[in-house]
Amino acid sequence: MASEAKDGGGLVFKPMDQFNVEALFGSGPIGVFTITNVTLWLALSIVAVICMMVLTTTKHSMVPSRGQSIAELAYGFVYKMVEDVTGKDAVGYFPYIMTLFMFILCANFLGLIPGSFTTTSHFAVTVVLAMAVFVTVTVLGFVKNGTKFLGLFWVASAPLALRPILAVIEVISYFVRPVSHSIRLAGNVMAGHAVIKVFAGFAALAVVSPIAILGITAMYALEILVSFIQAYVFTILTCVYLKDALHPSH
Amino acid sequence: MATDTTSAADAGQAAAGPGMPQLDFSNWGNQIFWLVITLIVIYFVLSRIALPRIASVLAERQGTITNDLAAAEDLKSKAHEAEAAYEKALIDARAEAQRIVAETKVGIQADLNAAIATADEEIAAKAAAGEKVIADIKANALDSIKVVANDTAKEIVTAMGGKADAKTITAAVTARMKG
Repeated sequence: MASEAKDGGGLVFKPMDQFNVEALFGSGPIGVFTITNVTLWLALSIVAVICMMVLTTTKHSMVPSRGQSIAELAYGFVYKMVEDVTGKDAVGYFPYIMTLFMFILCANFLGLIPGSFTTTSHFAVTVVLAMAVFVTVTVLGFVKNGTKFLGLFWVASAPLALRPILAVIEVISYFVRPVSHSIRLAGNVMAGHAVIKVFAGFAALAVVSPIAILGITAMYALEILVSFIQAYVFTILTCVYLKDALHPSH
Repeated sequence: MATDTTSAADAGQAAAGPGMPQLDFSNWGNQIFWLVITLIVIYFVLSRIALPRIASVLAERQGTITNDLAAAEDLKSKAHEAEAAYEKALIDARAEAQRIVAETKVGIQADLNAAIATADEEIAAKAAAGEKVIADIKANALDSIKVVANDTAKEIVTAMGGKADAKTITAAVTARMKG
């Protein structure tokens, strides 16, 4: 079977090749400042954000155009989320949360372009995003509430005997947050893309190719859903964590 | 198929190092560097340009809507005022009309009374004149009867062969007529 793969005529599965980080110019080793395909697609996500939020709103129309409606919709969506989940006093952090949402949304959808590179499928990216949230929330919690922030781990409403055990569980769950936060996003995006690539590999067989292509179509539709939902989930969890920092009482 | 995938993945691994490019920590520095730059750029684009702009558009729209609603409320109250004024004018006009009708009625009644009085006077005058004429005619008729009676008596006396004495006959007739 391995020889089949080597022939090139049989089934060739390289579902993970799409995630390779490669230098755009030349083929030298990748240093910190090397311009890679990651750089390109990160830059394109900036372009997408500018197109969506800046270029559509240049006219300041009282009656919005289609583009401006989308920008206003995205604004209202995240603004309401921050207001409802975190509280009215948290609207100061709205630009920060909006940045996360817009970046993840644009990166996810850019990743759905065939042949593109999905930046949010890399743990390097999602870990940075999640750690940024984790560190911000922790620092903010101590700055705003001082030692009262530790009350987050001390469940005052539980029976006294249970409290130490609950405290241990709370501390563990608190430190697991950035892990789940980052792996959830990258894992979902990566798995979907890999599955599409596997289906694409099957499409080389004439017998199953209709089913394979149908599978790709179905997966693609699912991935569109996942792209939005994962951006939404990441953002709303950020809001929830931020609420813990601002109002640590249970 | 599973073995197929594994063997293909093995071949890929041999070429590109670890199985998951995500776990190739050698390029994490590169990715993190560019990601941080990207996030900073997006943050400044959003917080300096896009978000204030959208916020101002939304606030402006909210303001316009509020103003329009207030203006509509204002116009509504004005319409109510106008309606009340119209109602009042209608009531006033009705009262005025009733007053004019009553006045006219009184005037007509006065005119009527005057006309009736005049007519009564005229009728009385005409009746008096008529009575006078009747009395005249009556008197004339009596005189004529006297003359006719005298003449007739004279003729009868003559016809019977007597000699008519005017004075006697007249006296006789007068006496008869008084009778």
